Amino acid sequence: MNKWTRRAFIGAGVITGGALLVGVAIRPGRRVDKLAALVEGEDETLVHAFIKIDTDNSVTVIVPHSEMGQGAQTALAQMAADELDADWEQVRFEEAPAAGEYALYTIGRGFLLKDVDVPKVLIPTVDGAMMQLADSMGLQITGGSMSVRVTGMYGMRVAGAATRDLLRRAAAAAWDVPTEDIETNRGELRHAASGRTARYADFAEAAAQLKPTYTPTFKDPSEYTIMGQSVQRLDLPSKVDGSARFALDVRLPDMVYATVAQAPVFAARVASLDTADALAIEGVLGVHRLPETAFDSSIGGFGLGESVAVVASSYWLAKKGLQALDIQWTQTGHESVSSDSLYEQFAETLSTGADVAADTATGDVAEADARAAYRIEATYRVPFLAHTCMEPLNATADVRDGRCELWVGCQNPLGFRHTMAAVLGLEYDDVTVHNQFMGGGFGRKARADWATQAALLAREVGRPVQLIWSREEDVRHDRYRPAGMSQFRAALDDNGALLAWTNRYTNKMDPPDAPLIPYAVPNQDIGSLASPTHVPTGAWRSVDHSQHGFFTESFIDEVAIAAGRDPFEYREQLLSEHPRHLAVLQKAASAAGWGTPMGPGRGRGIALQESFGTIVAQVIEVTVNNGVVAVDRVVAAVDIGYAISPDGTRAQIESGVLYGLTAALYGDITIENGAVKQSNFHDYRAVRMAESPKIETHIINSGHAPGGAGEVGTPAVAPALANAVFDATGVRVRELPLSKAAAMLSDTDAA
Amino acid sequence: MPKTLAVNGEEHVVDVAPDTPLLWVIREQLALTGTKFGCGIAQCGACTIWLDKQAIRSCVTPIAAVGTEAITTIEGLAPGRDVLHPLQQAWIDHQVPQCGYCQSGQLMSAAALLAANPTPSDEDIDQAMQGNICRCGMYQRIRAAIRTAADRIAEASDTSE
Ligand code: FES
Ligand code: FES
Repeated sequence: MNKWTRRAFIGAGVITGGALLVGVAIRPGRRVDKLAALVEGEDETLVHAFIKIDTDNSVTVIVPHSEMGQGAQTALAQMAADELDADWEQVRFEEAPAAGEYALYTIGRGFLLKDVDVPKVLIPTVDGAMMQLADSMGLQITGGSMSVRVTGMYGMRVAGAATRDLLRRAAAAAWDVPTEDIETNRGELRHAASGRTARYADFAEAAAQLKPTYTPTFKDPSEYTIMGQSVQRLDLPSKVDGSARFALDVRLPDMVYATVAQAPVFAARVASLDTADALAIEGVLGVHRLPETAFDSSIGGFGLGESVAVVASSYWLAKKGLQALDIQWTQTGHESVSSDSLYEQFAETLSTGADVAADTATGDVAEADARAAYRIEATYRVPFLAHTCMEPLNATADVRDGRCELWVGCQNPLGFRHTMAAVLGLEYDDVTVHNQFMGGGFGRKARADWATQAALLAREVGRPVQLIWSREEDVRHDRYRPAGMSQFRAALDDNGALLAWTNRYTNKMDPPDAPLIPYAVPNQDIGSLASPTHVPTGAWRSVDHSQHGFFTESFIDEVAIAAGRDPFEYREQLLSEHPRHLAVLQKAASAAGWGTPMGPGRGRGIALQESFGTIVAQVIEVTVNNGVVAVDRVVAAVDIGYAISPDGTRAQIESGVLYGLTAALYGDITIENGAVKQSNFHDYRAVRMAESPKIETHIINSGHAPGGAGEVGTPAVAPALANAVFDATGVRVRELPLSKAAAMLSDTDAA
Repeated sequence: MPKTLAVNGEEHVVDVAPDTPLLWVIREQLALTGTKFGCGIAQCGACTIWLDKQAIRSCVTPIAAVGTEAITTIEGLAPGRDVLHPLQQAWIDHQVPQCGYCQSGQLMSAAALLAANPTPSDEDIDQAMQGNICRCGMYQRIRAAIRTAADRIAEASDTSE
């Protein structure tokens, strides 16, 4: 809230029909290393926001983030509308098109060129440079829980406050009174002494003539009327009557359907292809080999391989055509890779100890270890995970006459626009992306691989193509949450106090703080080792926090137990320097009734993980019966700084908890003969209604900067669950998913 | 061979391969896109519609197996224009949808349940909804919304008696 600086650019103007448009572009920000030189602070990001006030006094907030389902667009609209003092009943939002004017031009002028007014003739050049910049920054990405934290705080609120300020000044000038005497309320301007009132729209034109201030005044939180309220999400009515349009629902004249088979072993190419049977099916229009593009390479530099698509007059016929193909794939050298061989590889990597990338190294671990009374070691491992968004991947493209139109539900519309231009060899201006609601995103829909296929196909067939992946392709060609292994060693003194914490794990991604612990341990040595796999990996809800939450919060539990202490009290004692963490932990414990006795076969576990600026503690209660773990109750305490929409926050925590629960209980993508074994919901299970626990969410508004909400419910689930299973059975589960431990757990039942 | 389907009270003539699942006929030929594709193998419930008042998975129901039954999709669930089904209203009141993609199927399953059993127990709800996955994990809200809708339906019929 206090980071407002003149690094912002605000522009105002009247557009068609007399509507006032106020745009804000702000640069506290960057996410990508190569741009570090261009910005001032760390962990900053570019944002932009627009507000439009129409002549009927309705307010449209144009939000630069896609809607995956978290209600982020509603929360962003709340932030802008509150600072504007708008009438919430008159507020609508629209997603910004993936277009330069929403991001590049204003930013270029306002920040990178330091507020220099760019002569008109130079603008195309500036835009060109800005496009490349935006591309490399992945601008407009929805992920990393950035929307409220960054766009909302630095964009939406500023846009709202600046617009309100313009309107007040315009009214003050017209009525010839001091600006300070102009009050606002629900879309109206008022001068108390003279009793004059006007609608915002009445001063739209006059406001547009004024120069926006760089230092608009924000409301004090006590003055909020829209923020902090559980407003109804603006997109929900369309989601109960079937009218919400997802990418799969796009219908275009002359459109055909396609589906695809991709190299089962990643990186394989087509060795031979027999299309005769497929082409004999009435309605099958063609079979197309799709090349691997430069955009398909995954982390570690392994490719994804080729694919074969069938185009037909319906999806069903395309699918039948695909089944009738005889495709032989080339050998890749990865055919002997299995989940077991990968775990062996990880163990081998960790045992070498060479080339450790340090996350933190404080104190002297060796010295502390040497004088310790006892030491504890444990190794944990987690499998690959697929995202299985409810909506299977699909995209509709029309590529003709040197232009590309793409209909897609994605987390990075601007990035997709650049990728399409690059893959098709088109100019950026010749590509249009129409972003649709996403049937889940969870990180998967930030990568453009499937959309690229749709565009290449559309170019070949010369008419609009809707490419739909089967669920089987979706499960077998994901960018998986990486499998990984994490080794710990702790050193304790006679009293059970933690002297040293050593942690080595495989394959670091993002964010950097994921493996760090909040606990006061004087000597720490945490670092990662690279152990590349040919299995493509990517961001999965909460990214690295999803596995490190399990690793660190299981191990601290083991340490507490080894020290003969209560796991909650042990954590509590180590958090004296982190009052917010402490408060969250205590809230979860007290709300859950920590310490009260539980029946036989039942247990309770606790875990704490900060991610994306939000601190979450969870207490989970389980019943273990014949090795089967039933989750009875989840109590979450959440310090999110300030909950813009408390019910929206609760919904997202519930969602994150369930997502984590599915993964912890069942999630297991295994590799056999170099390929993914699972294929659909029957062998890649999701938690269903009967297994879903009661979830209670307790929100703490600590007044700190708002944290993320969409991802933060996930990381603490797996460790709280494993800790609860230990409490119930005495068996420590060090490998996910829990379903793998059924035999081990039922043995103890019997004992 | 052309075939006549009765969908949401209207007759449509379609001509597709007889093994084509009803799901794709509804979505592609009839352009009723509220019914969703999620798995294609009767595992997720996203494609749930009614044949008469039975909830079925349209992704595994070939068009050849459909006779003269009345087909109802999410677009036909509300009793009229600008009137919501009690479940749809409860869905909004409980702010059930996240991404919303599974919700057509959830609503059709829930509506079939209430049509057959207006006062379901928690176990009845679990059982009726077991075929519908929500990857956004909104089960708690779905359950609460079904309860609310059931209560309101009961109240309405009390007062109308
Ligand atoms: S699409 Fe029919 S049950 Fe999943
Ligand atoms: S609301 Fe997204 S899958 Fe149910």
